[in-house]
Amino acid sequence: MVDFGGWEMPLHYGSQLDEHHQVRRDAGMFDVSHMLAVDIKGETARDFLRRLVANNVDKLTQPGKALYTCMLNLQGGIIDDLIIYFLTESHFRMVVNAGTADKDMAWMLARRDEIAPGLEITPRRDLAMIAVQGPNARTKVWQVIAGAQTATENLKLFQAAFFDEYFIARTGYTGEDGFEIMLPAGDAADFWNALHAAGVAPAGLGARDTLRLEAGMNLYGQDMDETTSPLESGLGWTVDLKSDRDFIGRQALLERPAAQQLIGLILLERGVLRSHQKVTTPSGDNESDGEITSGGFSPTLNQSIALARLPLTVSAGDEVQVVVRDKMLRAKAVKYPFVRNGKSLI
Amino acid sequence: MNIPNNLKYTKSHEWVRLEDDGTVTIGITQHAQELLGDMVFVETPDVGRKLKQGEECAVVESVKAAADVYAPIAGEVAAVNPDLETAPEKVNQDAYAAWLFKLKPVNADLNHLLSAADYQKMLESEEDS
Repeated sequence: MVDFGGWEMPLHYGSQLDEHHQVRRDAGMFDVSHMLAVDIKGETARDFLRRLVANNVDKLTQPGKALYTCMLNLQGGIIDDLIIYFLTESHFRMVVNAGTADKDMAWMLARRDEIAPGLEITPRRDLAMIAVQGPNARTKVWQVIAGAQTATENLKLFQAAFFDEYFIARTGYTGEDGFEIMLPAGDAADFWNALHAAGVAPAGLGARDTLRLEAGMNLYGQDMDETTSPLESGLGWTVDLKSDRDFIGRQALLERPAAQQLIGLILLERGVLRSHQKVTTPSGDNESDGEITSGGFSPTLNQSIALARLPLTVSAGDEVQVVVRDKMLRAKAVKYPFVRNGKSLI
Repeated sequence: MNIPNNLKYTKSHEWVRLEDDGTVTIGITQHAQELLGDMVFVETPDVGRKLKQGEECAVVESVKAAADVYAPIAGEVAAVNPDLETAPEKVNQDAYAAWLFKLKPVNADLNHLLSAADYQKMLESEEDS
């Protein structure tokens, strides 16, 4: 058990590697109740979100549709990354990280008072969240929640629907198909046990981290924080600069184009890449060379991979050097994700 | 907890066995591998390297973390376990069979090391704290 954003959470339930493979090959589940759902209710909800986040909620036209976005400060730094679900014109739901939940709430309430007084912003600590992920995840969920199949089998990726007491979203943090399911906290233990009985393996934070790293998904606090912009964090695709919508942080992003990039690394020698290891590049000038933001062993590829923040001069295919303890190890820059739907993309 | 009586131990969770030929075999304990979790990389010292007692000389890395391995006694590296380069998980499967390296000791006196009972006591007191 480890502390994670103030929550006591299991790193693994047995073997982290087994849990990782179980998700890639079959189905695993994560208790992600530490993440906070926040309901935003009121006539001005959409206007508020247009201003609050860097991606454009006007892309959300169909009820249930979800959007991944960053919430920026005035300097263009990332306060948090989150998902927003469009439910009705007067009800949006977002899901934010555990470690940032308090500051997110404070930031949103202060912006609410400026932009949209009267809008209701309600943290939903009464909800638990269980992510069921893997090629067989949806089928196993349908075995457990009688009747849910009809309601959710036509959900596209990044789409959600209510069914009974459940809020079922086809989203995740593993690069596999599956659902993230919110339900009343008091029912979570029974639901977890029913999934377990249906053959869904419990998986801990350790596997969650290796899965998301293979899937090339950022971890807040590690790959990005309030000092880095989404443009320097591989998240340019989530920033809508095309419309003239004036979101918080927009001006700063326009004034501060990316000086670095997030790029994938594959270690070409034996060893394990870890966060904060220094990276030197052939074209770099040493002082501004980069460092690994997330590194680890990829169970699917059976070699070490990383995300690194490096100068823009580095391109996929270039060889770089990583300082691992007292050695310089060779690594290759690659485009990520490394793995999707059980298959290597490298 | 599996702590064989015929081995000696260190506070840093290495096990040590004096062989009939006078060499000393070194690995990490079952407790250590449990703490680390699934092993993915083992780096052993070069054969011929002369080690001081307590010197960092090997690294075991799991999916979770990297841990240094220290020389329990002074000596020259006589052999390393070639299996671990391709199969580091052997350390998880049987920590007392998956030795890391062998030393030709400067002095084969192992009396300063912990007995199985001492090591067991140390683990129990760690759990309490």
